[in-house]
Order: sequence, then C-alpha cells, then structure tokens
Amino acid sequence: MEQKRVIVVGGGLAGLAAAIRIAEQDIPVDLFSMVPVKRSHSVCAQGGINAANDIAKQQGYSEYQHFDETIYGGDYLADQAPVLEMANFGPKIIDLLDRMGVPFNRTSEGYRQLRLFGGSLFKRTHFSGASTGQQLLYALDEQTRRYESEGKVTKYEFWEFLAPIIKDGKAVGIVAQDMRTMQTRSFKGDAVVMATGGCGLVFGKSTNSVICTGAAAARCYRHGVWYGNPEMIQVHPTAIPGADKCRLMSESARGEGGRVWVPKKAGDTRPGREIPEGERWYFLEERYPDYGNLVPRDIASREIFDVCVNDKMGVFGENQVYLDLTHKDREYLDNRLGAILEIYQKFVGEDPRENPMRIFPAVHYSMGGIWTTYTKGNYDPSQPHGMHNPGETPPIGTEMGLGMQLGAPNNMMTNIEGLYAFGEVNFAYHGATRLGANALLSCIFDGLYNGLSVANYVKNNGGIDAEQSLYDDAVKHEEDYSKSLIDTGSADATPETNPYTIANELGVEMTEASTVVKTGERLEKAEEKLAGLRDRFSRVRLGDAASWTNQSLSFTRATGDMLILAEAIIKGGIVRKESRGSHYRLDYPDRDDDNFMKTTVAKFEGNATRIDLHEIDTRLVKPRPRTYGKTDSKASEKKQETAAAS
Amino acid sequence: MSNTATTPATNSATAKQGRTVRFRILRCDGPGKPSYWSEFDVQPELNANVISCLKQIAEKPVMVDGKEVTPVVWDSGCLEEVCGACTMVINGKVRQSCTCLIDDYAPRDGDTITLEPMSKFPVVRDLWVDRERLFHNLKRVKAWVPIDNTYSLGPGPKESPESQQTHYKLSECMSCGCCLEACPQFTIEEDESKWNNAFIGAHAISQARLFNNHETGKQLKGERLDELAGPGGVADCGNAQNCVKVCPKEIPLTESIGAMGRATTIHKIASFFSGKK
Repeated sequence: MEQKRVIVVGGGLAGLAAAIRIAEQDIPVDLFSMVPVKRSHSVCAQGGINAANDIAKQQGYSEYQHFDETIYGGDYLADQAPVLEMANFGPKIIDLLDRMGVPFNRTSEGYRQLRLFGGSLFKRTHFSGASTGQQLLYALDEQTRRYESEGKVTKYEFWEFLAPIIKDGKAVGIVAQDMRTMQTRSFKGDAVVMATGGCGLVFGKSTNSVICTGAAAARCYRHGVWYGNPEMIQVHPTAIPGADKCRLMSESARGEGGRVWVPKKAGDTRPGREIPEGERWYFLEERYPDYGNLVPRDIASREIFDVCVNDKMGVFGENQVYLDLTHKDREYLDNRLGAILEIYQKFVGEDPRENPMRIFPAVHYSMGGIWTTYTKGNYDPSQPHGMHNPGETPPIGTEMGLGMQLGAPNNMMTNIEGLYAFGEVNFAYHGATRLGANALLSCIFDGLYNGLSVANYVKNNGGIDAEQSLYDDAVKHEEDYSKSLIDTGSADATPETNPYTIANELGVEMTEASTVVKTGERLEKAEEKLAGLRDRFSRVRLGDAASWTNQSLSFTRATGDMLILAEAIIKGGIVRKESRGSHYRLDYPDRDDDNFMKTTVAKFEGNATRIDLHEIDTRLVKPRPRTYGKTDSKASEKKQETAAAS
Repeated sequence: MSNTATTPATNSATAKQGRTVRFRILRCDGPGKPSYWSEFDVQPELNANVISCLKQIAEKPVMVDGKEVTPVVWDSGCLEEVCGACTMVINGKVRQSCTCLIDDYAPRDGDTITLEPMSKFPVVRDLWVDRERLFHNLKRVKAWVPIDNTYSLGPGPKESPESQQTHYKLSECMSCGCCLEACPQFTIEEDESKWNNAFIGAHAISQARLFNNHETGKQLKGERLDELAGPGGVADCGNAQNCVKVCPKEIPLTESIGAMGRATTIHKIASFFSGKK
C-alpha cells in the first residue's frame, strides 16, 4: 500500500501550522500555494494575537473571559464549544511562537509586552511591532522550511488549487495547476486541508492581498461542500483608500491610544492639527463611554459611516474621519506602531506622528466560510452561563478537551469526509463579527489543535480506495474548462465580456449592496445584477491565448468562482431578516434570536445556491444584548434585556 | 465605501490630474525567448501606483501604436510592501512596485516610467521572475530555531527590549531580493546544482546573524558559520555596500555581513585549534 499523505492547500498561518503539526506525526505533507508561502496574506495582519496572560489574569481576566468576549463580540452566532477550546488553548500558542523565535515586544524586565485591543477592557494582545502577522508567518515559514529540508514537507508553490477529488462523499485528492508551465495534474491525499483564507476580492477593493479571491473555497462549494454564514463579512473601520486596494490601518493604532474624530464644523477647511480640542467631535468616545475608540469593528464602521454618509460630517466634506495619534510620543509610536505608520507615510505622504491620519472603512475579513463540524468536549453545563464579569471565578478550568474533544477526527471537517477547512476559510470561531487579534489565534489554533485530528483521521482510515480513472477524469474536466477559456483568448474583448470589467462591476455592486448597511430591496437588486454578470461571464473573452504563465486564465477562472460565492453572500443576506454583528439590515434593525440565532448554510445544488438554517451550539453561554454600553441605546438595551429574560 | 480614493497623495499638489504617463516595459514570453520592449500610455487614477497602472494595462492591453497585445504578466501580493512579491526594476532601480507612486515618479504629462524584471533571477514571463534560489539560500544557513516539537513546553527565552528591537529589525526581511539585484557579487545562476557554491547573498547572511543571536537558534551556530565560511559564503562579499542602500526595510545588512565575517573568522580559528578542520 502507498504511504499515507496529507494535502494542505494554502500556506498562510493556518496551512503552515497544520503542515508542521501533521508532518510532526510522521505523515508526509504536500503543501500547495499560489505564492511562495512566505508571501501569504497572513503577512498583512498587523496588530497582534490575543490570549489570556498572567498579568491580565491577576487583574481579573481569564481564558473564560476571552471566550465570553469572543462569543459576545460575535453576537452569539458562533457555535460556542470550539470558541471555548480556542480561548483555553491560546496561551499555549503564544508560548510556542515565543519558542520559535517570534520577536514579541518586550518589557524592560524581558517579559512579553501587551496592548489593548477592541472588544476587551483588558490588555490581552501580544504583538511584534505592528507587523505581528508577518512575524508569526515567518516563524512558521521557517519551521516549514526546516521540515522541507528534512523531506517531511513537499512544497508546490505557484500551484493553483482547481478542485477537490471526491469519491463516495470522501476526499481522496485534488486537481491543481502549475501557474508557470500551466500543467494540470491530480494529487492523491488521504486527507485534504483547505486553508485558503478569505474572499475580499469579491468586493473589489478590500484590505486583502490580490490572491484572496475566495476561489478555492468556491471550487469546493461547487463540489458540494457547504458554506456557512456567507453574509458575515467584516468591514474594518480604519483603512486608507487607494487606487489599487484599501490599506489597513491596524486597530492597534486605537489600542495604543489613537482617537477617532471629525471637526465639529462640517466641511472645516483647516488642517486637522490646527483644529483646537474644543472644536473636535470624538463621536466614539461620546457614544460609548466604556469602550470608547475600542468598540468592535462593526460598530466603529457603522458609526463612521453614519457620521460621514448620513450626517455629512466627514473631514473636508469627504468620506473620511481622523484617526489621531499625534498626542503620543514619537519614540513610543515608532517602537510599537512603526510598520503601519510607515505604510501611511509611504502611501499618503504625510507623517502620521504630526498629522492625524484620514481613514475610512473597508472590507477586511470573512467570518463566514466553509461549514465545519466537531466533537464536543467534556464541558456540558446543565444550563447556559450568564454574563461573566471580571474577577469572577470561571465556571470551568482550562485543560484541553473541555470545548472540543482533542484529536477527534471530525474536528473542523467539512460535510465531505476527509476534507477539512482551517483558518479564515472556515466559519467556525467568529460568529457575526471577529474581534481584533482573534484571527491569528484562530488560524494557528486550527493548524495545531485540529491538525492532530487530521493525523488521527488518516491513521485510522483504511487508505484510498479510488481508481485511477477518477483522477484522470477530474484532470480532464479541468483541462477542458481551461481550454474553453483559453480558446476565447484571441477573440476581441469588449467591456461586456472583459473579465476585468466583470470583476470590477462585481466589486462595486457587492460593496454597495452588502457591506456596512444592507436592505432587502438592495440585496435583491444585487441578485439581479449578479445574474446579469453571470450571463456575461458565460461569454467571457480572455485576451491572452498563451499556453505559458497565463495570468488572465487564472484571473478569469477566479472571476467565475467569485460570482458563485457572491451569490451565496447575497442570498445569505436576504434570508437573514435581522441585524446581528456585521450584518446590519436597515429594514430589520433588531437581533432576532428566535428565528435567526442560526447558521445560514449555503448549499450548491443543481447549479444554484440554496440557503438552509441550521441550529447552533448555545449550551454554554446565554445570549445578552450586544450594546457595548452605548449611551443613547439604554432604552433599547432595557427592551432587549426584557426580551432575552422572557 | 472606499471604492473611490479620496486621500490626496504626496505630489498630488503638483501632479497634473488627467495626464498621460507612458510605460516602457521590458517583456519576455518565456524562458529562452528574446526580450523586447512594449510601450503603453496610461491615464493614472487618483493615488495611482505602478500596480494600479499595470491593472489598467491588463484591462485594455493596447500599445501606443494601437496594436492590441497580451496583458503584461507580473507578480504581486499584499500591495502594502510587506510580502515582497511585486519587486521589479523601475527607472533603473530595484524596488517594490506597490509603493511606487505615479505622482512621485511621473508628475508631468508625457513622463515615462520604465519597468524591467529583476536581472539576477530567471524570467518566468514579462516582469515575473523565479526567486526560488533566494529561499534555497535560507536553507543553506538553516534559518530557523531548532525547537523540539510543537507540544506545550512553556515559554521561550526572556529577551531585553534592546535585543528584541535588533531581532525584529532583522526579522522584517521579506525575501524580496532587492539586496541581491543590487549586489555585484550575486549573479544570475539558472543551474540549480551550482547554487550551493555561488554567493549566498546579504539577506541570508543577515538571517544567519538573526538566528545565531537567538538563545535556542544558537544551537546551529556552528553549522551556519561552516556554510558561511565555505564557497559562496561571506568572504565572497565585495563590500560594494549596495545592498543596504536598496533594502526597502532599511535592514542593517552591511552590519550583519561584518558581524558574520568576524564570527566566521573566529569560528575557523576555533575549529582549527580544536582539530575539527
């Protein structure tokens, strides 16, 4: 019998952590990535990684509080048990990264430095300057290179995932294409881990890298893999709008004391730094006295949107607000935020240490993603716990296996046996909003904790029982599709059938219809627009007939997949007739737990998307109104509390 | 939402909006094929960079003579200058194309910007080069911390803030290859079997320094110094000091080369007296 192998698709934090953990169990790993893994999108993460730590714990914080914050932040949409396991496991991840040599910022005594982040009143974010994702990715990249040189991991860089190969509901391999030679071939795998990240490019300009099309997830979706909460897309409040993308300005800028404001006088023409303190409107601090500038991202984005779009109070009359760090010491800023301040300076040409930065919200992260399951752990309270207050003794400890069962083969497995989804590409941890600095945590947690599940599945599985023709047919199918697209290459492209034009129009439509504020009417209009774009895509013309390194082919194929995913995002939004976390429906402004504290599960059947509602695991924590103490919402808070109690 | 850029950039005060900028691009259809120049006119968007102009060209690849051609191929990723992918030679100087703002490079109507692929790596197509050798050289110096495993074994070593700042600076290297493009000693080598004896380059020497300074990374110090003492090692540096001038992250590469040069010398002497070599 052939030696068992695991395929990992994607070389960001989740993929690399999985590759390392699985290879360590003496199972060879084939690692696929569209880019050299060191250039994966995880490098863009800036602010930090959350975990309970000794200092915060002595101030009344706990792993359990981290869990409670994450569930509350996600507006009770996440299955609760996996989140508990992640929060409990967090400190172990920090220690491991520390051992790998991540240069975490240090205190004068040599301990790891901490900073504040959104959605928490405690310092529980570990960081490495303002390029934490980059530093974490490099540490995992180095360990992967070590295993590569020992022959335990085989990299396929510049290879694009085209399809999973599934036999009788079980994953047995993949089809992939070399982006340089254009060779398409199949690979056998006893298990396949998808760790392919988010889908920001569906929205045109986002904070994501150019590879974050969501196409890999969409290709699984087309092959019957379920997709959970597609409508849950995070819009980051602070980004720098640009011609090619929106560049993130990390939440750590606010964690380190950054203040968001606009001039009290609409259209004030004075430069920000010349406007006296008394003539500035710090609207987040005014509306949220407890959390201030550190309210979760969906709330900050909506408030900024409200101030600019509805109140027309944006800086210089445009859609932008100030993010101000000029009151902080230069050396302090350079030490803690140097990397992001340089980004601002390089792209805007102003020194953010001297002038307040001008920022606006941008699409950033997908909480939704491939649907995954798990085996619940030992903690099973007789009734859900109420709100957890700082300093209270947590109802349970922190040992492994309380939330999810350690090593259970189905942890983060999709509805297809042997096919897993790790990191941003799954839907598991962040519910309806992700808290800042929880993404790096969930990616690495998946790789390490659930990498063991993959290894166990492979060890206990009888091996691949699939005939060669299954693989050959899968390759042929993809080759035929590629050829049909390439054959259009020499024909004259019109804007009507130009793939770049179609993708641009998709981005504009999705940004307008399905980001900060949504309505049923607008979403339905978007559905029609998507149908039109799909029709145009069926007549798409490539513009490049080359059989060597044809980027137009890759982009065009991804555009077709983005159209499929966009449909799921819009349909999920239409079905969810409520407001929850990042999903804000103007026509249904309240959260509706009775009908919608459920996962919207998109299923691709008969060439169309169907949305089902699935029950979620709410055994551990009782839902409460998610207001973050907003001053003008005390009345509605009361109302929701009464409703929740009844 | 942010689909329209509103923030004025550096030179937007002087740069004329609605102007036409000419892109002169050195193209190549694939390995072994001849290189040739193509010219495109672009009207840059507000806050345009080289990437957004290349995107415009991809959407409508029509040359200045009106001839429609295939879209230009290039490599890119984060577009925030942290991934290193979009490195190319712009107006004769190597740099990332994402941070190359058109208002700075071509503020006037009719200004020209020249784009070429890096010359020290084999061209895949057009502006896309194959930098595999750069990653290979990280293996040569074992640029990693040899941890036991990924199980829970407590924290890593404590570190002073000063040491962390040095460590972080070196660790910001994104393997873009600017230092290699600018180095007279680093020459293109398409034959993989010769990589282990060819000059390893400033980036890998600096990574060796990073891991030799780490408490656990030190365990492999001898092996790293053996590699740097061998053919294509630190002695091959010609001290042109171009590397440090082009590093986009301002990593003190010449300082690293100096430190590793001294360490290699001491290592050789120590090895000689201990009878190892």
